Amino acid sequence: MSKIHVANRQIVRPGDLLAEGEDVKGGDYTYRVGDRVYASVLGLASVDNGVVSIIPLEGSPLPREGDIVIGLVTGVGITNWVVDIRAPYKAILNASEALESFNPITDDLRKYIDVGDYIIAKIIVFDRTRNPMLTVKGKGLGKITEGIVIDIKPSRVPRVIGKKKTMLNVLIETTGCSIVVGQNGRVWIRCPNKQLEDIVVRAIHKIEEEAHIPGLTDRVKKFIEEEKKRAGL
Amino acid sequence: MSSEKPVLIREDGLRHDGRKPDQLRPIRMEVGVLSNADGSAIVEYGGTKVIVAVYGPREVHPKHLTLPDRALIRCRYHMAPFSTIDRKSPVPSRREIELSKVIREALEATIFTELYPRTTIDVFIEVLQADGGTRTAGLTAASLAVADAGIPMRDLVAAVAVGKVDGVLVLDIDEVEDEFGEADMPIAMMPSLNQVVLLQLNGVLSRDEFKKAIELARKGIDEIYRLEKEALTKKYLKYPETV
Amino acid sequence: MSLTPTYLPVIPRLKRDSMIQVVKKGVRIDGRKLDEYRRISIELNPIPKAEGSATVKLGNTMVMAGVKIELGEPYRDRPKEGVLQVHAEFVPLASPGFEPGPPDENAIETARVIDRCIREPKAVSLDKLVIIPGRRVWIVFNDIYLLDYDGNVVDAGMLASMAALHIARLPRITGIEGDNVVVDKGCRSEPLPLNTSVVTVSIAKIGGYLLVDPVLEEEVVADAKITIGIDRDERIVGIQKTGMSGFTLGELDEVVELAIRKSRELFSVLEKVLKEANTSK
Repeated sequence: MSKIHVANRQIVRPGDLLAEGEDVKGGDYTYRVGDRVYASVLGLASVDNGVVSIIPLEGSPLPREGDIVIGLVTGVGITNWVVDIRAPYKAILNASEALESFNPITDDLRKYIDVGDYIIAKIIVFDRTRNPMLTVKGKGLGKITEGIVIDIKPSRVPRVIGKKKTMLNVLIETTGCSIVVGQNGRVWIRCPNKQLEDIVVRAIHKIEEEAHIPGLTDRVKKFIEEEKKRAGL
Repeated sequence: MSSEKPVLIREDGLRHDGRKPDQLRPIRMEVGVLSNADGSAIVEYGGTKVIVAVYGPREVHPKHLTLPDRALIRCRYHMAPFSTIDRKSPVPSRREIELSKVIREALEATIFTELYPRTTIDVFIEVLQADGGTRTAGLTAASLAVADAGIPMRDLVAAVAVGKVDGVLVLDIDEVEDEFGEADMPIAMMPSLNQVVLLQLNGVLSRDEFKKAIELARKGIDEIYRLEKEALTKKYLKYPETV
Repeated sequence: MSLTPTYLPVIPRLKRDSMIQVVKKGVRIDGRKLDEYRRISIELNPIPKAEGSATVKLGNTMVMAGVKIELGEPYRDRPKEGVLQVHAEFVPLASPGFEPGPPDENAIETARVIDRCIREPKAVSLDKLVIIPGRRVWIVFNDIYLLDYDGNVVDAGMLASMAALHIARLPRITGIEGDNVVVDKGCRSEPLPLNTSVVTVSIAKIGGYLLVDPVLEEEVVADAKITIGIDRDERIVGIQKTGMSGFTLGELDEVVELAIRKSRELFSVLEKVLKEANTSK
């Protein structure tokens, strides 16, 4: 016999009892003691098919292989760059994952990507024994040379993208901007003009604030339309 | 510097500040108060004011100081020089060293450190004003700051100090009661799991008084736990919750 | 700043597993019962130059306590009391893992726990240590020296301190002129005035079982440890929980009962040694 004590999208805190029973399963950000399942972070409960998990409202998830991230280069070595991806671990981009051919004796990595540059990269390797390894070889990956990059709470990334990318599409279609959302809570935005860029940034911050309230997609659409009107666009 | 012992339990049975023996001081808690920290909290137990910042999990250098299978916790309990009546030297005292240890050990019991190998979780506790119960307010604030940082933990930690003054067991002692009382027992729990993660006694209690002191502490801890949960969800409840 | 320990001795997995296995059968790796102390031996006055001293061997753990009594000024807010100071040093020769340097958090914690257990029940009568109120009092230094580390320094240190304090004698005052007190350090006068005796009982928790007097390997494997100070009237005079895990409320009840019961054994060991020393005078 199992009993689930929380409703879908209910706010829970560490130590909250989510469910009891042998057959109830605990998903992400929960833990089990005997037949009781508890929350381990502050977040929203997600109840789906007898599995209770938590969507965190704070903190950043650990990087995963395959994640697209926007990194900030903080160091350059002889054969690699050190990249801050807003995770507990610094990431490494080897020269071989950025350049076709590279000779450490004659080439200076700083010519290609320097400290202070943003890059859109993919995590190719990450396990318990080492730091995340990146690549910028691939479609849509590489050094960022135009537009702006803003930081958002990594826990809000799923909301900014939306189920089946609905929210992201709203942002792109209503403004005509190019937007890439890194799993690590950085967003790259390139807009036809400064006013649209400003509207997108404010729309994204609105999503951050109201992530836990339903009906957000429609509200954001309405917000952008009104702001565009006010700016005469 | 007065060494005259004041009356700690008045004739009407109330304490020197008018509280009932089982009454907590006014408590204030706020989370997310520092922009630089990954997690932060301010907690006030009456005149005791503590602020905590949590940084991490993050990599630490030198690498040989890390553990291969879990995060290290670095905890510093420190009193600001202006926090006490007589200015306190900023140099860490033996007391601050001991309290840094017992608070760290309490946090070790709750944080899932094995999720972040080779990193460190830094917890910095600053006592801004000291009026008794600084380690308990500090640990409570630290657990809130860890939760605010999104670091997975087993439970929030709720801490309070029970004392014995003029022969009476009292809850949440202040500085006067600590200095002139017969016992001071700080205790912290993970209430959902019924685990005591910090327990010290400075003073003398009979076996029976100890039992009663624990019961009294439990009352205070349950209330503080409730306040912690409220503090965490406060900013999200500006907007109506969904069911 | 307190750091998670990174230099703990490695306990072989086989040993760790068998520790937990045998505990379930009510026995420990060294054959002791769960509530049994190791062999205790107390040597009195190993350091005649000190005003009081004692060495305690608790199994392989060896701790020496030296009591020095000096002239000094009282604390400003306690002009009619002498002063007690307790310090501990875990010197590098005691263990391969100890580094030279100022006392670390473990030594400081040990000293402060023992200090509180002596101070709170007023085991040393500080009010009887005043020579000139507000100006000149006796300062009792109790320095605890760990010489060989095999777990449970607190209980050994407490026993050594208590024994040393019991045989300590105040230096002889040969003259007082105004504020000037003249002392002949080579001569001893009456014993240090004591009100009561105190012992501590330390208990480690492994796999849900409570083990009295943990040996070093048990301390490393243990989830948590707790020390209870008990005085001659079976009052609780100090508690310190350490370790990175918790105790349930029920376990705390058990721990206190256990501590009071074992304190009787420790007092009887201490008193036997003190009595023998007295009768052999």
